[in-house]
Amino acid sequence: MFCIVCRMAEALLLDGVVKTFGTVRALDGFRMQVAEGEVHGFLGPNGAGKSTAMRVLLGLLRADAGTVRLLDGDPWSQAAELHRRLAYVPGDVNLWPNLTGGEVIDLLGRMRGGLDEGRRAELLDRFELDPRKKARTYSKGNRQKVALVAAFASEVELYLLDEPTSGLDPLMEAAFQECVLEAKAEGATVLLSSHILAEVEALCDRVSIIRNGRTAQSGTLSELRHLTRTTVTAETARPVPAIAEVPGVHQPEFQDGKVTFDVDSTHLDDAVRVLSGAGIKALTAHPPTLEELFLRQYGEEITS
Amino acid sequence: MSAVTGTVHLVRLVLRRDRIRLPVWILGITAVTAASANAIRSLYETPEEIAGYAATVEASAATRLMNGRPAALDSLDGITVYESSTVAVLAVALMSVFLVVRHTRAEEETGRAELLRSTVLGRHAATAAAFSVAAVASALVGLLDAAVLVANGAAAEGSLLHGASLACLGLLGAAVAAVAAQVTPSARGALGIAGGLVGAAYVVRGLGDVSDTALTWVSPFGWAQGTRPYADDRWWLLVPLLVLAALLAGAAVTLAAHRDFGAGLLQARAGRPRARPSLATGWGLAFRTQRGLLLGWTAGITATAALFGSTGREVVDMVADNPDLAAVFEAGGAGSVLDGYFAFVLSFLAVVSAAFAVSSVLRLKGEEDAGRAEAVLATGLSRTRWALGGLAVTLAGSLLILLCAGLGLGITHALVADDGSAVRVLLGGALAQAPGILALAGCTVLALGWLPRWSGVVGWGVFAFALLQSYLGELLSLPDVVAGLSPFWHLPMVPSEAFTAAPAAVVTSVAAVLTVVGFLGLRSRDIT
Repeated sequence: MFCIVCRMAEALLLDGVVKTFGTVRALDGFRMQVAEGEVHGFLGPNGAGKSTAMRVLLGLLRADAGTVRLLDGDPWSQAAELHRRLAYVPGDVNLWPNLTGGEVIDLLGRMRGGLDEGRRAELLDRFELDPRKKARTYSKGNRQKVALVAAFASEVELYLLDEPTSGLDPLMEAAFQECVLEAKAEGATVLLSSHILAEVEALCDRVSIIRNGRTAQSGTLSELRHLTRTTVTAETARPVPAIAEVPGVHQPEFQDGKVTFDVDSTHLDDAVRVLSGAGIKALTAHPPTLEELFLRQYGEEITS
Repeated sequence: MSAVTGTVHLVRLVLRRDRIRLPVWILGITAVTAASANAIRSLYETPEEIAGYAATVEASAATRLMNGRPAALDSLDGITVYESSTVAVLAVALMSVFLVVRHTRAEEETGRAELLRSTVLGRHAATAAAFSVAAVASALVGLLDAAVLVANGAAAEGSLLHGASLACLGLLGAAVAAVAAQVTPSARGALGIAGGLVGAAYVVRGLGDVSDTALTWVSPFGWAQGTRPYADDRWWLLVPLLVLAALLAGAAVTLAAHRDFGAGLLQARAGRPRARPSLATGWGLAFRTQRGLLLGWTAGITATAALFGSTGREVVDMVADNPDLAAVFEAGGAGSVLDGYFAFVLSFLAVVSAAFAVSSVLRLKGEEDAGRAEAVLATGLSRTRWALGGLAVTLAGSLLILLCAGLGLGITHALVADDGSAVRVLLGGALAQAPGILALAGCTVLALGWLPRWSGVVGWGVFAFALLQSYLGELLSLPDVVAGLSPFWHLPMVPSEAFTAAPAAVVTSVAAVLTVVGFLGLRSRDIT
């Protein structure tokens, strides 16, 4: 299949997907498209439906409606076959308490169709994981590492990572980012669900934001920034009460001959025109930080 | 802050979490006593009928094994407690074991206790809370038991004593579990130790009673039975039960004070850094995760079967020494008495072994609930192969356990009685019960496929029914339609009855259909 937006072959597609649990609509017409070879960020507040979407992609849950395609196959009917080509790291890693970390890595790797021995040893070293310990003695971070080593030691086309770094320390976080970039360099596709914005900014080509089971936004980070507001602070020769009348300007505040306001990116030009009419003495404008971007997406109703 | 600060809060938590479970246990045990009391009152109405019952029981080694030494069987009161005690004493002890492990070691293992211990909570508060609730629940079982007996017209003192002995056994079960919970870091291990001790104590009591030796007095169940309600009313035998419970509770406290939170006295050793090649398939994984379960059951059933086998000759002797007893059996001759004994033992071992099959099938649900199924199902392993791997272990394990039951019984009997011919017969007799186990496993698979949330209730429900039916079926005089719901009811009791292929084939087919339909459900539903 071909992805129209990105003009590249498509690794996975969810379109109009609905999944209900009793009366709760966990996914409600959700759409997400990930192109082959891209690292795609998957963001959203807790309970928005990220893990449900992951499980639908894995064929563990059956979508009530909509289209689900994964690596040019149907994840529900061809689950086992497709799973040989992907690796999954769950957000909450649960392991068999009486198996050692090394055994779990081998088990998952072999069931997936084999793992790269050299890579396995290297990853154990990189993540500083002792494979001889029983899983019941591992901390959350160490259980996470077991799943990560098992995933990255396999040579697969697609990585589905559901908050894979929750519980990792900053050094291990860096090791994880290296692994993702290496996988990308080898042409693999990565779907990365995460709450760590620095991680998303460092790794992801594009992001999708989910809220209440629906797609809130999707695009590159710069596209998303463009869709949102810029914060402007200006010092003008004369007062500019007229700025409040400009469409797209929000919450202007006047103080000591300065004005501060947010403006929709599409109306930035109009706002600056009005300001310059009043004689600009100083002007700062900054695009929204990622935090602001996400807080806005997570916290407000979507108006578009 | 003392070591039991906060116990009251934990007691409330235990009661809240077990608000359905605990009443079911308590009322269930009471219901069994009530049903027995009712049935017996309608079954034995004349002195002749009562005398006939006493004579039959005196002669039956199997009854001695299960119910203990006869006492006060000249009265309906005595017969009632004799018939209902087996279920009641085991159930009250296991109720306490499950309750205490569930609220102590299981909480620690899952990490929930850590959150609680970070609040104002003493070191022993969890144990104290679980133990207190178990004690009150046991006391309630005892009181209700006495009330039901008195309501059926039994003498007040004997009834109270019987109730009190039940309560003491419940308390003892709680104390055993409290110690077991200190030993292993896993709840499953603690349940295995405590449940195994309860089972072993019961078997020792049974063997002592069959062989009529002092072995009975090694087991606390023997002490409870020795109170002889309605006959001698020996209240003082409750003292050793209470003393032992207190000693064990003290031991639990001492052990708890000498270990770290989350750790057991048995420390985890470093394991192998690489997996064996066998651990790459659904079957290999299922075997690995159920290895402990299977080993425990095989060892337990083999040991029990061996003990039963070793008493076979004494059964014959007992009958041979007493012409009156021999006359009770119409067919006459020691051979048939022995066959009846072995047929009963085999059927009993098979029904009990079905618990392995049910818990083995439910492991699939456990894997799903723990989120581990998700990890393997996200690999190249298909659902069908995953579930087939688990069921292969269930099937092979069930057959292995039956094989060991037959061999254990046959070989020890052959050694004791110098009669090797029984081995083959008993082995065949054990395997003849396999369809019943498979049918119970099939019911559980069906529920797993279509009603996953209720699979535990369904699996253990049909098991409990089969167990009750084979224990109390005749006493409760269930109509055939109801009794026939237990797959074991249809199977011939080899060696006292001849083996016939038809019922085995039908029950096996039913098991196969249940399993296949369950699989279809499993393939079409969400994995949560």
